[in-house]
Amino acid sequence: MRTRPTLTALAVLAAGALTLTGCGGSSDTTDPVTDASTPAAESTGSLTIWADVTRYQPVVDAAADFTAATGVEVEVVQRDYSKMQNDFISQAPTGNGPDIIIGGNDWTGKLVQNGVIAPIELGDNAGDYVDVAIEAVSYDGQVYGLPYAVENVGLFRNPALADSTPGTLDELIAKGQQLVDEGKAKYPFMVQQDPTGGDPYHLYPIQSSFGATIFATAADGTVDSSKVAMGGENGARFATYLADLGARGIITPNITADVAKQAFINGEVPYVISGPWNIEDFKAAIPDVAVDTIPSAGGEPSVALASVQAFFVSSYSNNQLAANQFLVNYVGTEDVQLALYEAGQRPPALKAAAESSTITGDPIMKGLAAVGATATPQPNVPAMSAVWTYWGPTQVAIESGTGGDPATVWQEGCDAIDAEIASAS
Amino acid sequence: MNTSHATTWGRGFLLKLCLMALVDALGVYAVILAWSRQSWVIAAFLVISLIAANVVYFSRRMTPAKYLLPGLFFLAVYQIFVIAYTGYAAFTNYGDGHNSTKDDAIAAIEANSFQRVPDSAGYPLTVLEKGSDLAFLVTEPDGSAALAAADEPLAPAPEATFTGSKATGLEGYTTLALGDLLQRQSEILALQAPLGEDPSDGVLRTPDGSTAYAYLPVLVYDEAADNFTDTSNGDVYRPSEDGRFVDDSGQALEQGWRVFIGAKNFTSVLTEPSLRGPFWSVLIWTFVFAISSVALSYFLGLALAIVLNHPSVRGRKIYRSLLILPYAFPAFLSVLVWQGIFNPQFGFMNTQVLGGADIQWLTDPWLARLCVIVVNVWMTFPYMFLISTGAIQSLSSDVMEAASIDGAGWFQIFRLIKLPLLLVSTAPLLISSFAMNFNNFNSIYMLTEGGPLKHPTDQAGSTDILISFVYRLAFSGVNKQYGLACAISMMIFVIVATISALSFRRTGSLEEMN
Repeated sequence: MRTRPTLTALAVLAAGALTLTGCGGSSDTTDPVTDASTPAAESTGSLTIWADVTRYQPVVDAAADFTAATGVEVEVVQRDYSKMQNDFISQAPTGNGPDIIIGGNDWTGKLVQNGVIAPIELGDNAGDYVDVAIEAVSYDGQVYGLPYAVENVGLFRNPALADSTPGTLDELIAKGQQLVDEGKAKYPFMVQQDPTGGDPYHLYPIQSSFGATIFATAADGTVDSSKVAMGGENGARFATYLADLGARGIITPNITADVAKQAFINGEVPYVISGPWNIEDFKAAIPDVAVDTIPSAGGEPSVALASVQAFFVSSYSNNQLAANQFLVNYVGTEDVQLALYEAGQRPPALKAAAESSTITGDPIMKGLAAVGATATPQPNVPAMSAVWTYWGPTQVAIESGTGGDPATVWQEGCDAIDAEIASAS
Repeated sequence: MNTSHATTWGRGFLLKLCLMALVDALGVYAVILAWSRQSWVIAAFLVISLIAANVVYFSRRMTPAKYLLPGLFFLAVYQIFVIAYTGYAAFTNYGDGHNSTKDDAIAAIEANSFQRVPDSAGYPLTVLEKGSDLAFLVTEPDGSAALAAADEPLAPAPEATFTGSKATGLEGYTTLALGDLLQRQSEILALQAPLGEDPSDGVLRTPDGSTAYAYLPVLVYDEAADNFTDTSNGDVYRPSEDGRFVDDSGQALEQGWRVFIGAKNFTSVLTEPSLRGPFWSVLIWTFVFAISSVALSYFLGLALAIVLNHPSVRGRKIYRSLLILPYAFPAFLSVLVWQGIFNPQFGFMNTQVLGGADIQWLTDPWLARLCVIVVNVWMTFPYMFLISTGAIQSLSSDVMEAASIDGAGWFQIFRLIKLPLLLVSTAPLLISSFAMNFNNFNSIYMLTEGGPLKHPTDQAGSTDILISFVYRLAFSGVNKQYGLACAISMMIFVIVATISALSFRRTGSLEEMN
């Protein structure tokens, strides 16, 4: 009998504490300042932005200036990049989503399809951005995002091992092999892959040099996403080439991102296809690291996929006017774009910033920009989900030599994608 | 002894009063919050919970409820609600393109269909106010001022005052400053001021309050007829049963809404060949994976617990602490490390342990299955070790001594006395471990993603268990199908619940035996 009140009290206390923490969690997203002064979120125009770990701090800094100039409070919430898109799609309709999210241009189609983002009117400023960036955030004739960075892969070269990059991929591999034979390097050339998912993004410059593009693009620039264009004869030639590189152990599913990165840092491989996310670590190990354009393997020019980072405005936001002001008149300025570049090392999307001496004076940025000049934007149509599902595993099967004739395996992969796209419409 | 603490003014009652006041205050705050966000279900649930809490804790009777209520509350929040919501979603077509309500879909289609009038200029804009009505004061490309409002087509406003080259004021109207704009931003964004008497001239709208643009809507919604008309070709899109606007040729608008589709998600599991084909082999592997994970980790944990419980083992505390490490290490990290170890070309296993062997650990179907079980056992045996250690220490040594005096060997003691006694206390934990491993998505997905696939276009990989198979099915196509995923999850729930219920009944009889 004696323990009963104590136990009851403890239970209630625990319940109270849990409820308390529950409430604390949910009110995190609203700004404390606005909460205290006014009850309705709309009246003062406060903005909530979701950003991942790399954009968090630069956006916080940029937002501070915007708040000082306009009085609009901005709260930046750090979110996991891989979960942001789905969380946003499911939370926006409940009214608990942010006003703005920062994500990749490949999200555009999914976000429009689910009705969670609103078009952005760049007005006459659209021409101030690099073409690939505007194309990347356009969907169905409308611009949906304010682009701030264009990233693409390039060929990273260790000058201590190789003084130049030959004109074709075969020559490059031969040159790398010679270094291996001389005992100067361990591997001739690396492209990061994954044992289950492959890595079509990093392989695309090689694939595209055979003319096997993801979708067919009409003369007026519209993309036909009803079926893939990477099968057929061009695809077969690429598949055969990839199978050969796989058999020789040059491109295999076992060369994961970590393996490729570490090998390059250790000076074990002269050439690696990689992107701006590794610049910092590469520079620390190899201060004079060079970036070249990726040589063609199949005869046609090698084209990389450009992934454009952009700000999107929620269609459920009560603060769209403030959001548009922040984006068009603020994030779209040279100073802010350069500040975002300094923090994230991704080439800016605004021409004025991209052409400033900060960028053009940096040899690595210049090298990446040279690849970016011919890059094609990562498709943003919803059909890409089905493409990613089969694209990587098909490449893995070809590289590892399982499943038989590479051309047949490749065509079956393309057919499976077409079937998925057809079943969805 | 008969006086209850419920209402006598003792110290305990005062403490309870304070705590209940706190709970009530928080509860009422949460109700108001839910009410203001129009979350009626949550508000109703909170009101009922609050009333229940007050009745239970201030009542003289209901002693069991006093202990159970907090648990029941959190059971409702974290279990029953989730299961009920999953059950509800299983009967809808929730997924990409069917994300929200019909009203939201209509709003999205309308918002996306405003196309800028080709080659039209951007008009520098000042938003004006007359009474509570808003008006757009724009500066025309030729430098003159013009005024437009919701029901007033654009007309010259020669009396406007200018700041620099931009028209910023007009007599009889108040110019809105930035703060005012932000106060009324929803109204300003919604304002469509016609450019002329003819609707096909288009409308002026502003995205940011400082520039207005001329737009023409491509799709126009007719509220009375509940359909969209494409102004460019006259096509009419009507609402369909599956929650989309569809025209006569079957072409649908992209944004749809969530509708009930009955048991369609469930029947498609049973009828669709891509689902039916691999289902049985996946189900069998799921049982093999769950049972072998639990059995192997239990016997490994138990064996170590028995060894380390023996008084003659020195440094037992150190060993015990070391054995907990895999449990303390974040699973995500350990799986990544294991993935690296099993890398055929660069991994520790092949290059160091096996001296340069070429064994395809994670790409050979049978080896991959073995690896998945090994890694899972490695991650879960410390838990089994912990519960076994606890259970062993609580066994009375009298029975064991009596048995050995009677001439029983150590194995006989273990098999006939220790193990049955241990199972009484650990069997319920083994059942819950089984249920957990039956749905152990993380272990599978992080290590192999369900692969290797025999063929890159296969629907199920060699190590796919039911839940990772569901993930692949529901999320691999063009559109994510949450409704379908919920339906299969409900089916898995029924399987696991049945097995658990049967097993718990079985452990009940185990207890009676003793």
